[in-house]
Amino acid sequence: MYTEKQLELLALLTQNGPMDVNLLAQMLDWEASEVATSIETFKRDGVLLGYTAVIDWQKIHAHHGVTAFIDVKVTPKRGRGFDEVAERIHRFPEVTSLYLMSGAYDLQVVLDGKSLQEVSQFVSEKLSTLDSVISTTTHFRLKTYKHDGVLFSQDDDDKRLKVSP
Amino acid sequence: MKSLSERVEQLAPSGIRRFFDLAGSMEDVISLGVGEPDFVTPWNVREASFAALEQGYTAYSANAGLLELRQEIALYMQEKFAISYSTTEEIIVTTGASEGLDLAFRSLINPGDEIIVVEPAFVSYAPLIELAGGIPIAAACHAEDGFAIQPETIEQLLTDKTKAIIFCFPSNPTGSTMSRDQLADLALLVQKHDLYVISDEIYAELSYETEAICFATLPGMRERTIIINGFSKAFAMTGWRLGFTCAPPAITQSMLKVHQYGMMCAPTLVQFAGIEALRSRHKTVPDMVTSYRQRRNYFVKALNDAGLPTHLPGGAFYAFPYIGHTGLTSEQFAEQLLLAERVAVVPGSVFGTSGEGYVRASYASSIEQLQEAIARIQRFMKKWQTQDEAASSHSH
Repeated sequence: MYTEKQLELLALLTQNGPMDVNLLAQMLDWEASEVATSIETFKRDGVLLGYTAVIDWQKIHAHHGVTAFIDVKVTPKRGRGFDEVAERIHRFPEVTSLYLMSGAYDLQVVLDGKSLQEVSQFVSEKLSTLDSVISTTTHFRLKTYKHDGVLFSQDDDDKRLKVSP
Repeated sequence: MKSLSERVEQLAPSGIRRFFDLAGSMEDVISLGVGEPDFVTPWNVREASFAALEQGYTAYSANAGLLELRQEIALYMQEKFAISYSTTEEIIVTTGASEGLDLAFRSLINPGDEIIVVEPAFVSYAPLIELAGGIPIAAACHAEDGFAIQPETIEQLLTDKTKAIIFCFPSNPTGSTMSRDQLADLALLVQKHDLYVISDEIYAELSYETEAICFATLPGMRERTIIINGFSKAFAMTGWRLGFTCAPPAITQSMLKVHQYGMMCAPTLVQFAGIEALRSRHKTVPDMVTSYRQRRNYFVKALNDAGLPTHLPGGAFYAFPYIGHTGLTSEQFAEQLLLAERVAVVPGSVFGTSGEGYVRASYASSIEQLQEAIARIQRFMKKWQTQDEAASSHSH
C-alpha cells in the first residue's frame, strides 16, 4: 500500500492540481525522483486519473451553458446490477459525472448542456428511452456557491497586519 | 501638566512599529513579517460564536472563565500532555496569552526582582516585566545550539534577586524546540535555585518532528511553573484574544486577583468559540500543521539555497535566517530588502540583542507567495554578492 508520504502527496495534488515536481519534493522533504516515481505509480494504479481546473463560467459573458442534475430510477439487471445501464449513460460526452446513489433514486447524472432545450432533448431522447430507465427528475443549477472545495464568491484578501510581533 | 508615569516613559518603543509603518506605506509588498497564521479561524468555531450570540450569552462569565471551557482546557491538558489541572483551582481563561503573561509577572514580581528572559524572545516579555517592577535579564540562545538554551548560560546570570525564568518553545522568533532531555537539565537548575518558571507554550500545537513538551510535566516542575497557552496560533484565532493559564492553586489565586480587577473576564462569546475550537481540534488542527510543515520544508531549504544559512525550525511558523555575512545589521538588511525588493521581514534585533545578525521570516503565507518572496530574496542576495565581489576586487 502507499506510504504516509505518498498519501500526503495525493492530498497536495488534490488541493492544488499538477505541481512542479521539485517544489513537491521540497515540501515533502523528498527526492524529486521519488515524487515523479510515485506520481507514475498513482497513474499506473488508476488512482490518479486526471486534473481539472475549477472555472467560474458565470463570469464569462460569452459562455452559454446550463448544468442539470438528473435523478434517475432504473431497473437493475440480473448479474450486472446498475453497472450496465451506468455504462450506457456515462459514454455520452455531455454527461460530466455519474454516481450510484442511496435513497429515493438510483443514479445521479450530471449533465452540461448549451441550453435547456439541449438538456431536455437528451433526457427525452437518450436517457428516458433506455430500457432500464423507469423515471427521471431533472433539476437545473441556478448558481454555484462552492465547487470541489473552492468558494466561488472569494473574499480571501489577507486581513492581517503587514508586520506583527 | 504633571509628568506621566516614568516607568512607562522609560519603556523602549517596539522595534516592529517602524517596519510596520514603512511596509504599510508601500504597494506590492510580500510580507513575511506577520506573527500570525494565514488561515482564517475554522468555520465551525466562528459559527459557535454566532450561536452563542443568538442565544443571548452576552453577560459576564465567571472571572476564571466559563466552567465548560475550563473543563475542556483541563481535558486538553490531560490528553495532550498527560498532566492534570483542577478546573476550579488551577485554570484561568485570559484575554489572549498576552494577558496571561501580564498576570504571571504581576503575581510573581516584587520590586527589583530579576526575571531571566530566554532570548531571542517575543517582544512583550521584557516590557511587561518592567511594568510589573521587575528587571529583565537576557539569556541568549545560539545558532550552534539550534537556538536551545544552555543551562550554563542561565547559571552565569543568577543572582540572589533572580526570581523566575521565562521561555517559549517552540520559539517565536527562532522556531526552535527543546527536547525532553534538554528541558530536564533546565529543570534541575530551576529546582536547585528555587526559581519559578513561566513557560509560554502558545506554539505547542505547531511542532513538526516531535510532540511539544509541557514544562510542568518534568519532575518537580508542576508546583513552580505557570503555563501560558492560548488559541491564537493553533486555531488561527489571534484577533479573538483568547488564552489560558495553568498554575498551582496559590499562584492561580494571585493571578485571578489581578485578572478580576483588571479584566473581569475574557469576552463570553469568544469563550464559546474556544469550547468549539478545543472540541473540534482533531478535525481542524492536523491539516493546518501539515500545511505549515510542507511550507517550512520548502522555505527553509530555499533560504539556504539563496545564501542565507537557516537552521531547520522544529516548530511555530518562523524561519530565522542568518544575514550577518552580508555585513549589514539585521535592521539594515530588513530595510534594504523591503526597499529594494518589497519583501518585509522583521529584524532579529527587535527580539533581543542575541537576535542581531538574523531576521525573522514567517512562512505563514501561501506557497505561491513564498516562491515569489524567495525569487526576490535571491535577486537581492545576488546583487549584494556582485557588489561584494566588486568591492573586494577593488581592494586588491
